Amino acid sequence: MDTLNFKRPARAEAIRPALVGYVGSGDLEVMIEPSSAGCADIHIHTSTDGSEARWRQVIELIESVMKLPVMRMDIHDFAATPGVIRLRIEQALELAREDAA
Amino acid sequence: MTAFNDNSATASQRGRHWFDTLTAEMDCREGAVPSLRIADGEIAGRACRFLLVQADPDSRYPRARHGEVGLLEGWGLAEAIDDAIRADADTPIRRALIAIVDVPSQAYGRREEALGIHQALAAAVSAYARARLAGHPVISLLVGKAMSGAFLAHGYQANRIFALADSGVQVHAMGKAAAARVTLRSEEELDRLAADVPPMAYDLESYASLGLLESLVEVESADAPSGADIDRVRTVLAGALRNIQPGDTGLSRRLDGDNRQASRRVRELLREQWSA
Amino acid sequence: MTTRTQTGFIDLSARKRIAALLDEGSMRELLTPFDRLTSPWLERQGIVPQFDDGVVIARGTLDGTAVVVAAIEASFQGGSLGEVGGAKIAGALELALEENRRGNPTAAVLLLETGGVRLQEANLGLAAIAEIQSAIVELRQYQPVIGVITGPVGCFGGMSITAGLCSYLIMTREGRLGLNGPQVIEQEAGVAEYDSRDRALIWGLTGGAQRHTSGLVDAFVEDDVAVVHQSVTACLSLGVPAEHRSDAIATPLARLQQVDTREQIDAASALQILTQGAAK
Repeated sequence: MDTLNFKRPARAEAIRPALVGYVGSGDLEVMIEPSSAGCADIHIHTSTDGSEARWRQVIELIESVMKLPVMRMDIHDFAATPGVIRLRIEQALELAREDAA
Repeated sequence: MTAFNDNSATASQRGRHWFDTLTAEMDCREGAVPSLRIADGEIAGRACRFLLVQADPDSRYPRARHGEVGLLEGWGLAEAIDDAIRADADTPIRRALIAIVDVPSQAYGRREEALGIHQALAAAVSAYARARLAGHPVISLLVGKAMSGAFLAHGYQANRIFALADSGVQVHAMGKAAAARVTLRSEEELDRLAADVPPMAYDLESYASLGLLESLVEVESADAPSGADIDRVRTVLAGALRNIQPGDTGLSRRLDGDNRQASRRVRELLREQWSA
Repeated sequence: MTTRTQTGFIDLSARKRIAALLDEGSMRELLTPFDRLTSPWLERQGIVPQFDDGVVIARGTLDGTAVVVAAIEASFQGGSLGEVGGAKIAGALELALEENRRGNPTAAVLLLETGGVRLQEANLGLAAIAEIQSAIVELRQYQPVIGVITGPVGCFGGMSITAGLCSYLIMTREGRLGLNGPQVIEQEAGVAEYDSRDRALIWGLTGGAQRHTSGLVDAFVEDDVAVVHQSVTACLSLGVPAEHRSDAIATPLARLQQVDTREQIDAASALQILTQGAAK
């Protein structure tokens, strides 16, 4: 198991707490909460060792299509593929922004 | 042929020895099944019913011949406890129930599953819990193994749990070899992990750190109790009987252990949020 | 002709199962994932935890009746119970008991998808199950405790004993109920005793249909949210049974003392023994 932390530039916007997914094989849970850290503070627990570069890639891919909100994001990953990871993160962001404005 | 866990050569005699010596002067009551021993007597003037599950090499259920808690043992315990509850229903001072625990496992077998061993064990759990709630002091004395479903059915519902301070006394959810297979780890790995994870450990000291035991009882011989050992255990039982006050019918005193912080924290937060 | 869209219960997550059962708008989850009460033991064994530890607790109403519901998430660690998840269920039942003592009737519904004790937290899982069982025996004096086993995991280990303490049990065809998992029995007793790959044997002996016809559960339902809801409501309306299944001792004990064990058992003979006693 690896624990990783990414702090990414983010913009202040209204979000609410959100949770999607679960820690089952090939899946992950993503939790988002408002934060006063001034950045997107992403904490990852993953069952896959040595996967930092891959996580960085997924995050950059998401950043290429949207600006991340200021938030605390926690991820519990059980060997999900990059595709599933991206899907879950986007679902969580969508849920966090829903009705929050 | 593959060899499977066959306890026949090693069926523990400890429970039998402790039961025989502790109840030597008492009235033995015929149990519903031969693997169940029941004796009525007194400890420090308090009426007690002692209960033991022991090996019955002639049991009609082949997977329950070595001291396992099976179909007959579960329902049989329930019957013996229920009998005490009914007999004492109109008396203010209810007899204590003392479980002598030396159970290697629940019975693993096709007949057991087919005929609802889970329900048989539930009957025993229910009877012990109902007795405790009705004011019967329930005390468990662990003299050997206290494993998994067998311990749930015979001993884990007690007001007080005592254990002999002896390496042959073991409480666990699954034997080490089977646990290694199920978790895909070697027994050595399990031991390494257990050193840092007390609830996984197989030694009695780690178990004691969880706060579930009332105390450990030092004895000269756990296998063949001496006269002094029996006196010591009687003193411990008498102390517990004095200590269990009317109304002390729950299990909350088990939550005080060093290694049960999360169990306490969960209850604390639940209570805060319950009526919020 | 009316048509109704069937919504499967089995495929729902623990949280969604509760939401599907409770009256609209009445669900209030306690100890949500945002409380971050994860297992204190899994990470030090290199296992990724889950924020709710695989157990969801909620208060709410079911057809207007106050209930507390506990649901085990089958997808996390096989629905196994560790210290936190076990304490969530035990603690919720203990609080429901206090609520009843204060004169506020509160029943309990347990959605059981579990392999039993989480071996990585072995003795604390086992201790929690003993506490859950104690709480059920006490609570069910006041209000029914209803167990629901739909699959996919089924209900095994110490928690199958817990199921045996419930006032009412509801199962689907896809659910299984047994003390020991098939692989463990095969390991302990050999493949001739129990072949864990023989699905017909296992479902035939421990599946919902057999458990229902042999009287070990009360209701047999299809995998449909509306049907499960209706069944739970019906059990609630029956109130506390005159005698719990776990306490009707004489008949099963007498029947099990007469079983001829020279032949291995099958589903038909098990049914005969459990419902009428051994054939003469």
